[in-house]
Amino acid sequence: MADENGPAGTGKTGPDSGHDAGIRDEDLERRRRELEASLAPPDRLEGKGATRAGPAVGYGQAFKLSSEFIAAIAVGVGIGWMVDRLAGTSPWGLIVFLLLGFGAGILNVLRSAGLVAVSERAKKLRSGPDK
Amino acid sequence: MAADKVDPIHQFHINTIVPIHVGGYDLSFTNSALFMVVVVLLASGFLVFSTAGRALVPTRLQSISEMTYEFVASMLRDAAGNQGMRFFPFVFTIFMFVMVANLLGLFPYFFTVTSHIIVTFALSMLVILTVVFYGLAKHGLGFFKLFVPSGVPLILMPLVIAIEVISFLSRPVSLSVRLFANMLAGHITLKVFAGFVVSLGALGAVGIAGAILPLAMAVAITALELLVAALQAYVFAILTCMYLNDALHPSH
Repeated sequence: MADENGPAGTGKTGPDSGHDAGIRDEDLERRRRELEASLAPPDRLEGKGATRAGPAVGYGQAFKLSSEFIAAIAVGVGIGWMVDRLAGTSPWGLIVFLLLGFGAGILNVLRSAGLVAVSERAKKLRSGPDK
Repeated sequence: MAADKVDPIHQFHINTIVPIHVGGYDLSFTNSALFMVVVVLLASGFLVFSTAGRALVPTRLQSISEMTYEFVASMLRDAAGNQGMRFFPFVFTIFMFVMVANLLGLFPYFFTVTSHIIVTFALSMLVILTVVFYGLAKHGLGFFKLFVPSGVPLILMPLVIAIEVISFLSRPVSLSVRLFANMLAGHITLKVFAGFVVSLGALGAVGIAGAILPLAMAVAITALELLVAALQAYVFAILTCMYLNDALHPSH
């Protein structure tokens, strides 16, 4: 595995390293990282599972999305119920947090399906070197 | 129906082996605890035994250990960067525990530790609390940037933050529910189909002919369960890596 910080990392790029000998190491490293970032699917995990078709994987995908959705609603209901119990605002806490949980569930599902656009800042941060 | 004869839920029953009661709490050593101990002994025993030779050219067993190590290491490095490697022992332990527990549960008459939500929930709380405490220790209040996406209008901020917080809190729930429900559903399905074979087989020649279909299903589901057992361990581990990445780099 190429080390992100070490100069030895670029030596592992294979046969191309001899061809690109004129280009400086950092430049090559930076360009490689940019290419990786642009080639990478919008999500980190799900891209691997989603591209592989098959009944078992489809089942897994369905299971994952539904569990994400239900978990967020359950957490929303839990928070709302606790707020109601502590503040005595029944039933408003439950209503508000159920709806918020619903929103969070949608966000979870979209995020886990890789449909939420990753912001430019996050992209830069991810592709940048670890400090 | 022969529901009382073929009880698909019975396999998840917790039996007390050594009763221990401390100050009103039931801390008995149960079959669940027994299988957790077996899982830990089996996983660590295998890793210690297989890497004992430390051969330059690995034997088959050493190769398996090394491949597992490489697999988890590259998974963690991809998700959380080189900095994430400090969590390698944690992620590797969780991966091995979940995978060995899942696989061990496939043996007939064996107890499946991960089919109880309290076990998977404890594991996922361990992950999330690690993320929260490490994130707070490392970034201080900057950790809460995790809940503030960039480029959101100020008016929408409270709503978005509330949704992000609920989304974050739902992680341990979905993480634990996914693993637990997969194992539970798989084992119940397997048991039900195997139960069909027994029930139909008791009906005579026609029943035995009809039992071939559920038998084939049971075999196929066993293969599927093998896949699910490994896949769920992988999913649990990679989600752990992704959450740890949030602790390391909390900016959205």
